[in-house]
Amino acid sequence: MIEAILNYEFLQNAFFAGIIIGIIAPLLGVFIVVRRLSLIADALSHVTLAGIAASLLLEKKFIGLNGLNPMYMGMAFSVAGSLFIEKLRGVYKHYQELAIPIILSGGIGLGVIFISLADGFNTDLFSYLFGSVSAVSRIDLWTILIISLLVIALVFLLYKELFLLSFDEEHAKASGIAAKSVHFIFIVMVALVIAASMRIVGILLVSSLMTLPVAASIRMAKGFKQTIFLSMLFGEISVLGGLTISYYIDLAPGGTIVMMAVSILIITILLKKISGLRPA
Amino acid sequence: MTQPIIEIRHVSYRYEKENVLEEINLTIHEGDFLGIVGPNGSGKSTLLKLMLGLLKIQKGSIKLFGQELTRFKDWQKIGFVSQKANSFNTGFPATVFEVVSSGLTKKLGLFKFMGKADHEQVMQAIGSVGMQEFAKRNIGELSGGQQQRIFIARALVSDPKLLILDEPTVGVDAKNVQSFYEMLDDLNKRLGITLLLVTHDIGTISDKVTHVACLNKNLHFHGNTAEFESMNISEMSEIYGHDVHVLTHNHEHHHHGGAGR
Repeated sequence: MIEAILNYEFLQNAFFAGIIIGIIAPLLGVFIVVRRLSLIADALSHVTLAGIAASLLLEKKFIGLNGLNPMYMGMAFSVAGSLFIEKLRGVYKHYQELAIPIILSGGIGLGVIFISLADGFNTDLFSYLFGSVSAVSRIDLWTILIISLLVIALVFLLYKELFLLSFDEEHAKASGIAAKSVHFIFIVMVALVIAASMRIVGILLVSSLMTLPVAASIRMAKGFKQTIFLSMLFGEISVLGGLTISYYIDLAPGGTIVMMAVSILIITILLKKISGLRPA
Repeated sequence: MTQPIIEIRHVSYRYEKENVLEEINLTIHEGDFLGIVGPNGSGKSTLLKLMLGLLKIQKGSIKLFGQELTRFKDWQKIGFVSQKANSFNTGFPATVFEVVSSGLTKKLGLFKFMGKADHEQVMQAIGSVGMQEFAKRNIGELSGGQQQRIFIARALVSDPKLLILDEPTVGVDAKNVQSFYEMLDDLNKRLGITLLLVTHDIGTISDKVTHVACLNKNLHFHGNTAEFESMNISEMSEIYGHDVHVLTHNHEHHHHGGAGR
């Protein structure tokens, strides 16, 4: 496989993109899961789909737009969707989780309309839904890299604030830190990472890389920093293991990556059970 | 006379049609350990919110550390442990050290990282609530009372002069309430922190604090504990109405719930 990666550019793109996503998706995922916003990634990925469908539709109807990378339109929709979720969370103060299904339904409804206007599915759209190694271009890779560096820098710089906001939102607001701005930056980061990761794992599965590694690490880790570290480790194992297996036995990479993450989760649950049975 | 830390003068407050507080006058001096007691709905929480600037003063005035509340900026001098501290996500994967460190977020400011001195300060705050050996444990592994101590440590870490506690013994096991108050007493006497504790539970509090204020819309009593204890039942009934029987009863009878996990 290593030889193949050295020889084929599309494999290089996919592997590097995978390595990066394996780190940043769980990094943001930790903050999402502990704030009980796990479904936000699902909602935003469906909004991203609407953006991609819109981009493909425009490409089809207006020949001049051929060069447009659908990822950018997906990102724009995803960021807009994240802002709507925030607005709705303010409107439904007592039903904050309601914002997520509203945006999820809206995203998928809009996506279906755009797809039908573009005369149904084509292979390109299919690769966005389920992820496709061969679909990752050099430009995609660069976009992912830039977004990831930005995300890592921001999480590093705003770590204290993000931690406080996640642990105790009420206290964060009362303590006078810029809770609103930090939350806003956070949610935009989530939207960007989702749009950037979809090429590898696909829109339908992108949220799994933000939640499954975290679900596994939360059961084992001591403390928040260790939770982040273990989540990134599990995420990375899932991506590299999934890509390798899918390469050798010719499976869909997105699905294989997710099943790797599910396997890790099951193993951690079993390990915890066994260690719980025997008194330490 | 020590310096007054909070001066409440002629404060009244009403929500729409209902008067919640009427003509409250109350002074808290440096080094006091004041318990504000009153039945549910007596306006305790409203008074707290007014003091913390979370509600706008309608009538009267409040001074904090000698300064009008509206111009007061030095909020780091005041630590607040809310009742809500009991209802956080107990599965949160953070250590005691990390939780207490989060109390420094505002003080450190944006883009700043904790230094060695900050680490020591966090350990000191954990020590002052008697939880040193738990520093590396996850917060969710602790009992309700231990968690409450950690939230107090989080408030202490930014070095407040005044610590305000809203119903701090809710969620603390009845058998641990005694040692919880001993810890507060230690903060008050040894570290010289002025304490303001708000509770509906008159039974537990009268022998722990140095001063008591009884609130039920009006301020019915404010003085030191010895004077408070010399009050007779009929005077108490006036304050508490029909609640008096329950409230003067041994607290363990109506303090169910335990750690709540």
